[in-house]
Amino acid sequence: MRKVWVMSVTFAMLILLISGCSSNGQTKKQGEAKKEITVRMMADPDYLDPHKATASLTFQMLLNVYEGLMKPTPNGGVEPAVAESDKISKDGLTYTFKLRKGIKFHDGNPVTVDDVKYSFDRLTGQSGGAPLSDLSQIIKSVKTPDQETIVISLKKAYSPFLSQLTAMNAAILEKSNDSKQNTHPIGTGPFKFVEYKPQNKLVLEKFADYWDEDLPYLNKVTFSYQPDDDAASLSVKSGNLDLSGVTANKVDEVKTNNNIIEQNNNAVFLMGFNNDKKPFNDERVRQAISYVVNKDDVIDAAFSGHGSKLGSNMSPAMGKYFNKDLVDYYQPNIKKAKALLKEAGYGNGFSMTITVSSHNKVYSEAAQVIAEELKEVGIDAKINVIEWAKWLDDVYKKKNYEATIIDFTGTISPFEMLSRYQTNDPSNMMNFSDSQFDSLMKQAMKENDDDQRASLYKQAQKVLTEKAPAVFICDYQTEWALNKQFTGFKQYPIYYLDMAHIKPAN
Amino acid sequence: MLAYIIRRLGLLILTLVFISIITFLVFQILPGDPVQTMLGPDADPIRIKTLRHQLGLDQPLYIQYGHLIEGFIRGDLGQSIRFSMPVRDLIFDRLPLTLSLAFMSLIIVIFVSIPLGVIAARRENSWGDLLLSIFTQFGMAIPSFFMGMILILLFGSVFSLFSPGSYVPWSEDFWGALGSLLLPALTIAIPQIAVSYRYVRNGVIEQGQMDYVRTARGKGASEWKTLSHHILRNSLIPVLTILGLILAEVVAGTIVVEQVFSLPGIGQLLITSVSYRDFPVVQGLVLYIAFVIVVINFLVDILYSVLDPRIRLK
Repeated sequence: MRKVWVMSVTFAMLILLISGCSSNGQTKKQGEAKKEITVRMMADPDYLDPHKATASLTFQMLLNVYEGLMKPTPNGGVEPAVAESDKISKDGLTYTFKLRKGIKFHDGNPVTVDDVKYSFDRLTGQSGGAPLSDLSQIIKSVKTPDQETIVISLKKAYSPFLSQLTAMNAAILEKSNDSKQNTHPIGTGPFKFVEYKPQNKLVLEKFADYWDEDLPYLNKVTFSYQPDDDAASLSVKSGNLDLSGVTANKVDEVKTNNNIIEQNNNAVFLMGFNNDKKPFNDERVRQAISYVVNKDDVIDAAFSGHGSKLGSNMSPAMGKYFNKDLVDYYQPNIKKAKALLKEAGYGNGFSMTITVSSHNKVYSEAAQVIAEELKEVGIDAKINVIEWAKWLDDVYKKKNYEATIIDFTGTISPFEMLSRYQTNDPSNMMNFSDSQFDSLMKQAMKENDDDQRASLYKQAQKVLTEKAPAVFICDYQTEWALNKQFTGFKQYPIYYLDMAHIKPAN
Repeated sequence: MLAYIIRRLGLLILTLVFISIITFLVFQILPGDPVQTMLGPDADPIRIKTLRHQLGLDQPLYIQYGHLIEGFIRGDLGQSIRFSMPVRDLIFDRLPLTLSLAFMSLIIVIFVSIPLGVIAARRENSWGDLLLSIFTQFGMAIPSFFMGMILILLFGSVFSLFSPGSYVPWSEDFWGALGSLLLPALTIAIPQIAVSYRYVRNGVIEQGQMDYVRTARGKGASEWKTLSHHILRNSLIPVLTILGLILAEVVAGTIVVEQVFSLPGIGQLLITSVSYRDFPVVQGLVLYIAFVIVVINFLVDILYSVLDPRIRLK
């Protein structure tokens, strides 16, 4: 009998030890005045140097540190940041900016026109290095006639230019910090960089000399690395994370202490075809598949119902540029699909492969639903799940695939969102080519009138819907859980967690 | 002894060279580009080209490998592609976590399995012994990632005692660090406790039947003294071999368990680096792991001779 006793005591002690230690680690955060916030970081930034960084998750954090001449606004436009004002010449070739008075870098040095010129030269490769941005193909020269004026001349009229001047595309950096931009980032944003530990945390601190004196409200922002969704929702529940995206099925669990904010991501989740490959080079086949796929089913399976259906490569988050008439262009219609397939010579169906990446399970979940639905018209779809690096190599770069499921993250520029469907665009991974689409895009690039431009973009979206280079499925939503002790969450049509406007609830 | 150490050292270097070449060859076959993988499909092709050039990735892989080896000889592990910082810093930043995790696991294994094994052996074939055998059989059969998930579910969701991913370094909060490492350490330890327990139990039973034990008892040694001075000492020799293997298992176990518990250790770094094709980091980590395993084996060999003076190192 004694050994049983000893065993139970050992076990009981072990449990006590675990519980004792863990609760110890947890309670320490409570009771502090909430001027500091902990935000989930889903993935490490690719670079801290904004001229090298590309990942939207990087800018989600770093747009708090860096600013361009312009900065994004919640409605998808831009407003002056490092610049105080802007003037565009009639021919659309010359942009004149006035530098904001008294603006400073995080190290206390004033921002000069030289710093602005340096930043553009660095991006376009004018300062000796190779170009880091396709702005090099647009910008002809950057001149600084006096200590507060910057004049940018373009090679050709490029209407989306202003929207390219936020920190995402053209952050203003300090010239004297050139070699250290990636290790010791210095910007002009409302928060300054403190430290970054890979796979652990990125810490920002209030910049007291920020040009907008009312901002920011918080003293400190810690982005805490948490790649796993389930672990993140546990951390939200226990109060270790104050702001985090949570999966739809966890919303109820975290609701008591958190406000839930639903946000459209301005992303385009789609099944793209290799438009060069048989049988997908026949638009009737692509249209037929568009008639088969039930977008609601896919949204339910992959995003627990949290997504807005799309009809083209543009999300409703883009406001006046979004063509809302296209959403229900392809209603599920098996009869029509069969007829189209028969017309194209595939009356008995065919077999195909959907290649998806494994780094996020939404792709394979969507693929399973679609493959099941395609059986109804005799199409036998196999699903090939591969690693992200292999996907980028095989599918994206070498275009060695038949169909794939992916999402493109949005920008504030409608032109950028549509540009990958132009015939010669380097990121045209679907090998789509349509002369009408190309000419609409060319017109839009030259058009100075915003309303005219919006109408051209809408026509371009319609071409995409009709020609169906992809099945445009949805813009998925993120459910943000924000600790009830905070308020002031602002939604943007890009990946940007604007921490400057977050403030304590009381 | 000296000759032995020199021979071991030679073997170590040979192993490291061999492993480094294998890693290099595997990376030649793996598809994928580090810069494209890092920046994703929205990346500007001009930027990718420039960054590849800056990182020297446009050179053939054998030249990159050459640079890396050249660096190793100078004691420089190179620069991470994914994190743009020295591989050395990345590894050293994570060592405290992984080492303390491994160490805690080992401590748990030793302090649980040896007493359990002895108790079970002393009451051989009782129902308690039987029950323990069944439990340990289970412990060995459950994969550690699954065990980890069960523990998170139990202590995180049901009892709300533990929050995964809230790791704090030892230097900042001792109890916090202990708390966040205890469950992961337990996850790694449980299957190993089962293994070690069986060896202890069998060893004690076997040695208990030896003549010298009878002699000891005949001399009038107390039951405790017989156990601690005679039986245990001899029955621990096979256990030590197993503990060496267990330590290797523990090091490997940290790789999986760090993923499950989202701990920023060596294991998580390794997985990330492989998926981002970060060759310098993977090369550095693989060499580190190989080095640790070889050193453990070496220490075990030395411990043999301490436990049993009849074993001499040749």
